[in-house]
Amino acid sequence: MNPSAGRERVFDLSLNTVRELNRSLHRREETAAGGVWRVANPRGAHAIACGISAPVEVRIEGHAGYYCAGMNQEATVIVDGNVGVGVAENMMSGTVHVKGSASQSAGATGHGGLLIIEGDAGARCGISMKGIDIVVKGSIGHMSGFMAQAGMLVVCGDAGPALGDSLYEAKIFIRGKVADLGADCVERDATAEERAALGRLLERADSPLPPEEFRLYGSARTLYAFHVDHAASY
Amino acid sequence: MIISASGEFTSLMCGIVGLFIKNPALEPALGRMFERMLVCLSNRGPDSAGFAIYRDEDRAGRLKVTLHSPDSAFVWEAVAENLARKFDQAVEHRRCSTHAVFVLAADAAAVQAHVRAAFPRVNIMSVGRSIEIMKEVGPPASVLARFQVAGMSGSHAIGHTRMATESAVTTAGSHPFSSGLDLCLVHNGSLSNHHRLRKGLEREGISFSTDNDSEVAAGYLNWRLKSGDSLKAALTQALNDLDGFYTFAVGTADGFGVLRDPIACKPAIIAETADYVAMASEYRALADLPGIERAKLWEPEPGIVYSWSKAGR
Repeated sequence: MNPSAGRERVFDLSLNTVRELNRSLHRREETAAGGVWRVANPRGAHAIACGISAPVEVRIEGHAGYYCAGMNQEATVIVDGNVGVGVAENMMSGTVHVKGSASQSAGATGHGGLLIIEGDAGARCGISMKGIDIVVKGSIGHMSGFMAQAGMLVVCGDAGPALGDSLYEAKIFIRGKVADLGADCVERDATAEERAALGRLLERADSPLPPEEFRLYGSARTLYAFHVDHAASY
Repeated sequence: MIISASGEFTSLMCGIVGLFIKNPALEPALGRMFERMLVCLSNRGPDSAGFAIYRDEDRAGRLKVTLHSPDSAFVWEAVAENLARKFDQAVEHRRCSTHAVFVLAADAAAVQAHVRAAFPRVNIMSVGRSIEIMKEVGPPASVLARFQVAGMSGSHAIGHTRMATESAVTTAGSHPFSSGLDLCLVHNGSLSNHHRLRKGLEREGISFSTDNDSEVAAGYLNWRLKSGDSLKAALTQALNDLDGFYTFAVGTADGFGVLRDPIACKPAIIAETADYVAMASEYRALADLPGIERAKLWEPEPGIVYSWSKAGR
C-alpha cells in the first residue's frame, strides 16, 4: 500500500496533545486507508507516534523527545529534527528516519524494521537489539550494541568505548574508528553474503558508501551460557 | 530524590537547567527565559523547585546573604536591625516571599556564624557577591511565581525541579546547594561515595547542613575552588573523586559549568548561540528560547567538562 495515497492530517502540538495524535494513529478506522499524519510544533514532546500498527506515514516537523516512534509496526515515521532517548525503542517493523541526531538508546530492543539516523547517535545505540537494522550516518556513543542479539548496526562514522559488550549474534559494521571493544566483541572477516547484506542495507538507507569500507564486529561467543564445546555435557 | 533503606539521599529523576547570558543586552530577559525553562521540567520534579541567580553584584564589594524562614510571618526587619547592630553599619534588605536578601560589608564566615547563633530557625541559603538562592516546596510554576523570577535580571541562573519519591519534601532538601561563596550546584543523579567524601571534606573544614549527597558534591567543588582550582580544573578533578551517577550544572560568580559522569545515564542537552548558553535535562525546556532554531545543539559528552565564564564572553 502506498501510505501517501490516503488523506493528509495535520496535528499541531501547540494546539493538540500528543495523546490526541497517538489516539488518532491507533484508531483502525482512521489508519486503514493509510495516509500521512503531519506533526507540527513537536518542540521535544515525548512519546510522539508511539505504538502505531498500520502502514501510515508520520512526518514530524521538528525535534521530538523521548521514545519517539516506540513499538512501531509497519509505519514510516520521519523526524525532521533530533530525537531524545529511545527512538524506535522496541520497533517491530516499518521505518523510522531521523534527519538530525538521536540521544541515547536509539533502537533499543528493536525486533525488526529499519532505523536510519542521519546525524550521530548517543550512548547505548542498539542496546539489546533483537532483529532491527540500524544505520547511523554519523558516529555512535559508548556501550553501543550492548547485549545485541540480532540485526545489523551500521555506523558510517566512529564508535565510542565498549562497543558490542556481551554481544550475541547482532552484526556491527563500523566505517570509522572504534574507541575500544567491549567484552566478547571481536573484529572478524565479513563473508561475501554479509557484505552483500550490508550493501543492500546501505542502499535502503540511501548511503552511497561502499560496503568494503566497513569493518565487521561480532561476538567471540565465549560469554554464552551455552558453549558448543560443552555440548556433550548437557 | 529518595531516601534508600540505608537512609541516604539520592536523586532519581529531577530536572535541571542552567542559563548563562553571553550578550549583556539580554540580561534583563534572564528571569523570563529561565522561568519557562524550569517550569517546562515540572513533571521531572513536581514536588519542589529552586534556583540560584547571579545578579546585582554590589559595586562596593559588599556581601549578599540570602536567608529563608519557614515561618511566612517572619519579621525580617528584626534580622536587618540585629545585623546592623552586630556589624555596626546600615544593612539593606529586601524580602522575596519566604526568603530575604541582606547586603552588608562583613566577613562571610562571621555573618554566617552570627546568623546561626542569633536566628537558629533561619536557614542560610547562599552567601556571595552576586548569588541569590531561593527554593521552596510546591509545583515549580507556583514556586517561581512566588519569587517573581520572570522579572529578574541577571547574568546566569541554574535551577532544579525535585521529585522526592520517598523522603520528606522540604525546603532544605531542595536544590540548589551552596557550599561556598557564590558557588552552587544542581544535581541529577546519585553519588555512591558521598559518606566517605563528606568525612574527608569535614576534615578539610567544609561544613554541611543536610545529609544530602548533592550537598557533598557542592562541598567538594567548594574545597577544590578554595584550593585554587579553576571551575574547569575542579570539575575535571571531580571525575576522579566522585563516584556515582550525575549530571551537574554549577554556577560561580564568574561562570557556569556542566559535567556528566562517564556512564552518562542522566540526560543533558546544551544549546549555544551568540547570546546565551542554555543547558537542560530535556530539549523541551529549550524549545521556547529565542533563536533556538539556529542554536548549536548537542548532548554534552560523558566525562567532558564544559564551562563558560563572563571573562570569556
